[in-house]
Amino acid sequence: MNIVARLKGVSHHYGDVVAIDNITLEIPAGSMVGFIGPDGVGKSTTMALISGVRKIQSGTIEVLDIDIENKKNRNSICSRIAYMPQGLGKNLYMSLSVYENIEFFARLFQQDKKERESRIELLLQSTGLLNFKDRPAGKLSGGMKQKLGLCCALIHDPDLLILDEPTTGVDPLSRKQFWTLIDHIRQNRSNMSVLVATAYMEEAEEFDHIIAMDDGEILFRGTPFELKEKTDTDNLDEAFIALLPEEKSRGHEKLVVPKYEDKNEDYAIVAEGLTKKFGDFIAVDSVSFKIRKGEIFGFLGSNGCGKTTTMKMLTGLLPQSEGEAWLFGKLANSGDIEIRNNVGYMTQAFSLYTELSVYQNLLLHAQLFHIPKEKIQKRIKEMLERFYLNDYRDVNASNLPLGIRQRLSLAVAVIHKPQMLILDEPTSGVDPISRDSFWKLLVDLARGDGVTIFISTHFMNEGERCDRISLMHQGKVLDSDTPKVLIEKKGKDTLEEAFIDYLEDATQEKIADTDIKLMEDSLHKHKEFSLRRLFGYSYRESLELVRDPIRLTFALVGMVFLLFIMSYGITLDVEDLKFSALDQDKTPQSRDYIQNISGSRYFVQESDLSSQEELDRRMKSGEIIVAVVIPPGFAKSLLRSESVDVAVWVNGAMPFRAETIKGYLTGMHYDYIKHLAKQTLGYVPTLSAANIEMRYRYNPDFKSLNAMVPAVIPMLLIFVPAILMALSVVREKEMGSIINFYATPVTKLEFLIGKQIPYVVVSMIGFFGLVALSVWLFDVPLKGSLALLSLAALLFVITTTGLGFLISSFAQTQIAALAATAILTLIPTINYSGLKDPVSSLEGVGAIIGTIFPVTYFINISRAIFSKNVDFSGVYPDMLALLIAIIVITLSSMMLLKQQEK
Amino acid sequence: MRKHLLNIFRFGIKELRILLGDKVMMILIAWVFSFGIYIDATSASVEVHNAPIAFVDQDRTTISRQLSSSFYPPRFKMSGLISSDEMDAGMDAGRYTFVVVIPSGFEKDIVSSKVADLQLNIDATRLTQAGIGAGYIQQIITKELADFLQTTEMKLPINIVTRMKYNPTLDSTWFGGIMAIINYITMISIMLSGAALIREREHGTLEHLLVLPVNATEIMLGKIWSMSFIVLVAVIFALLFVVKGILSVPLAGSLFLFLAGTSLILFATASMGIFMGTIARTMPQFGLILILTILPIMILSGAFTPFESMPQALQYLMYLLPNTHFVSFAQAVLYRDAGFAVVWIDMLWIFVIGMIFFLVTLAIFRRSLEKG
Repeated sequence: MNIVARLKGVSHHYGDVVAIDNITLEIPAGSMVGFIGPDGVGKSTTMALISGVRKIQSGTIEVLDIDIENKKNRNSICSRIAYMPQGLGKNLYMSLSVYENIEFFARLFQQDKKERESRIELLLQSTGLLNFKDRPAGKLSGGMKQKLGLCCALIHDPDLLILDEPTTGVDPLSRKQFWTLIDHIRQNRSNMSVLVATAYMEEAEEFDHIIAMDDGEILFRGTPFELKEKTDTDNLDEAFIALLPEEKSRGHEKLVVPKYEDKNEDYAIVAEGLTKKFGDFIAVDSVSFKIRKGEIFGFLGSNGCGKTTTMKMLTGLLPQSEGEAWLFGKLANSGDIEIRNNVGYMTQAFSLYTELSVYQNLLLHAQLFHIPKEKIQKRIKEMLERFYLNDYRDVNASNLPLGIRQRLSLAVAVIHKPQMLILDEPTSGVDPISRDSFWKLLVDLARGDGVTIFISTHFMNEGERCDRISLMHQGKVLDSDTPKVLIEKKGKDTLEEAFIDYLEDATQEKIADTDIKLMEDSLHKHKEFSLRRLFGYSYRESLELVRDPIRLTFALVGMVFLLFIMSYGITLDVEDLKFSALDQDKTPQSRDYIQNISGSRYFVQESDLSSQEELDRRMKSGEIIVAVVIPPGFAKSLLRSESVDVAVWVNGAMPFRAETIKGYLTGMHYDYIKHLAKQTLGYVPTLSAANIEMRYRYNPDFKSLNAMVPAVIPMLLIFVPAILMALSVVREKEMGSIINFYATPVTKLEFLIGKQIPYVVVSMIGFFGLVALSVWLFDVPLKGSLALLSLAALLFVITTTGLGFLISSFAQTQIAALAATAILTLIPTINYSGLKDPVSSLEGVGAIIGTIFPVTYFINISRAIFSKNVDFSGVYPDMLALLIAIIVITLSSMMLLKQQEK
Repeated sequence: MRKHLLNIFRFGIKELRILLGDKVMMILIAWVFSFGIYIDATSASVEVHNAPIAFVDQDRTTISRQLSSSFYPPRFKMSGLISSDEMDAGMDAGRYTFVVVIPSGFEKDIVSSKVADLQLNIDATRLTQAGIGAGYIQQIITKELADFLQTTEMKLPINIVTRMKYNPTLDSTWFGGIMAIINYITMISIMLSGAALIREREHGTLEHLLVLPVNATEIMLGKIWSMSFIVLVAVIFALLFVVKGILSVPLAGSLFLFLAGTSLILFATASMGIFMGTIARTMPQFGLILILTILPIMILSGAFTPFESMPQALQYLMYLLPNTHFVSFAQAVLYRDAGFAVVWIDMLWIFVIGMIFFLVTLAIFRRSLEKG
């Protein structure tokens, strides 16, 4: 027997949580091998390790006879493996069309145009996606997304196909179609090995080989038949429960739902013709139903069929487009707080505060429902006991296993003892035992306490437990009745088969009306650096950028807006200063002196002062910034040629302004003295032995605008590109498409440059726009060469986008990336890059930051070329500095960027 | 009423618990309100500090040598004697802000009591140094020449005595430290409240809250008070330990009054943050909006450049933002020891604008919740 993967003593843990515990395993080649088990038992981790996406912590793994611990080895087989991660369309790009998505993957595997086109055509045909090839991936149904994911995985004819829960949340028809497709492919490529993880036990019945896992350990390996035989059960669900260790399965018994007795009670929920439209898209199409008090009513259907939307309309979270719904006879969307007090709602995803403990979550909700203070503790205690949460009382919700979390959600939803529970897929991803115990609690609530339960699910066996169900597909209810009647209507044995029958009727599609054609083998080329892969990333990023016009316009319009406001606003002309005088002499001479100052354009005269106290008070209140005090006897002293002191008070809070004011006053003072001397002596005496001729160069009029614009442009060219770049990478991390960077042969450098190019282009467009605006609108002369400035700008935007990339390589969340980029770029640029004070005047840490911060150098270049007409020989040291910055930043990014998950 | 207040209080406690658990954010806040402020305050220096000056000495006499050796730190950095060719290249490259040219025959002229000519080249693109520095250079040269000629300085009929109020030595640390606090108050409070909202939406907890018997006002006020509280604590720490303690900036005014004003501005900025978090659908959009708003606020509200010298239209525009009033308020209280009688109008403005922000945000927030 050939072996496709060998695991020896492999363990993996996340923090304190052990995901896989010392697994040794050989997986046979050329067959379909399924990993079964609930969420969080280590299936995904094992698959990610085999695919090379996750870093091995301990043990060795050989895939296709190659030890993948070593990076070089891993790269050499990368192009023979395909990995499809968990989650609907997780590694797809939602704004790209079906065709563009596959094309992106084809480029990553270096297929040329001819090969690419014929392969994509073939794949689309075989999967039935050909008619949808121009539809954006985001607008596909869950089943179609998974088919597209499969196309992307098969584009390079992998020898090993790894599928992590490919059918979770997909409707039963699409699920059947998916597996039929896989079967066809395997018939054509018999040597291909397929590894699948699944949470639907019934799917695993068809696999060649199954590996059952629990708590990071392997419980069983063998064929499905062997498993059933060993445990003496007739389906895998039960077989799996039988496999579990004693303490887990203890107390588990087959769940029996007592029959609902129709006592003709009032209706708890009534919906009539509920419809919800989002634009052209009809999410829910005139859905009607009536649910009696104490009934368990189920909604069955795939992800995206309108279950959640209907529930949200019932809870008043979404206003309906048409139709009406009543809860206990009151309009659902009336916003009546009383309704909310009577309804418990559990959202699809876990939506409690993961940062709070079990107790804190319960307490918060008890308080929000205003349960009387004296009863709160008792109620919390009751909930902790009833839902078996006592052992987890002080554990943070983020550290709870999924099954426990769901129990907590339920506890929170019923803490105020509501009459009705609305539960949106409460058991998705939960293991069979926990699911059963969860259902036991539900049945207890319904039959014991008479609570009405409205629940949605995509598990068929859960549907069978409901009193009545509605089958939903694409916003419509296909049929509604008791599960038994529905099965009988279609003459089938199981609810699943009946549902598939309903779906086939509704969609006019059959399970297998597709034909898989044979493809010639793709050559598994391996290359260290490939322009095609690099271009693949650039092209894809550009498409995404163009398809998100809000981001793009925001970036470009934002730059223009900021240039406007900052260039006009950052003014270092000190003028319009509020000035007042305390004239204690009140003679023509004193008035003349004051007139000499107040007449200048720098000062605005305020009403006169009458005392020193008034001066203090008005300066304190900010009414005046400068005050001149003329002493009594000023004129007399002048006449007697005695020296007299004039006092000037300046608000020194802003040192730059104060210094400038002092300079102004000194100048005016000397002017006055000259003027005085000329009047009395008839000539101007020389005050100095030398006449100093001042040459204000480059900006003779001292115009702030001319000095600021060349500095504001660099400022904008760091913020916007750095933020866009940083967020674009971190976004991939959060959305999950970063997997493609881990799983395909693309190298770090290709990824980095490929992603950078579109942002460099956008930034350069911004740059030209800013320069045009400066020259034509602001009349700031561009004295030097535009070509040289553009070259420097190009170097600069490569630096700033690189900086964004560098930040993204250590930031895990978008908010962290945002905060880090803002703080790391904003503060140094404003304070230390020579925008206001030249770097040479800075001290301490600021001086060091100013020297190594690239913005400093581009501000220098920009000012030199804009105002001073400097040529290349003048700016090359600064350009060299930028070049060094690019190299340093790129190397650091390469070092920090991880091509595997931890 | 009591119910509402209790809900607001509990929401705030929940926010605080979550924030305290977010290590990255806590480190960030701790960093900016300690080292961040320290670095900002100590790096800014008096405007003419280490200004690079060079001499083109064509005279090469005692007096020319004496002149060129009379410029030294901390104001000036003597960059040596250069040739007239080097002058242009050096100024073009921004190596020298000032270059003094002493022509040949300078000493001869001086000694023979003629008025000798000197040339001072100034890089006028360096706005902050050019004007003030030129004044200093003029003074120094005049004094050196007078010393050389051993003439007593001419007695002028009027002397001007300039006194700097509130910051007698024009120490930039004073200005830098306080303005850094003001900047960080704005930046952190907007970022915290906006991000907290987006995070709730992304985690689905916002939706969860809406099915509970609580309303949008309570959710919003809970966020506002808790985020303001965190920043307020950080500000108290920064003022007492960093600004007053380590940087030994004397704080003139009433700390209590300043904190009252800070609470008002936090109410306004936290509302702004929630506003941005509501209109931004994704984090990248929030990032861009944040930059577009925060940059003008930081630079144009009077903490960076003299407010009264900005174009009038822009001043009116900036008056619409609460931060402008806050900068004016902070300067009045902290530097000039102004009391409530003086600053009440600023505080009123901050409150009114904050209230408008709050109400508009509340309306939009409500609507966005209804839309789902």
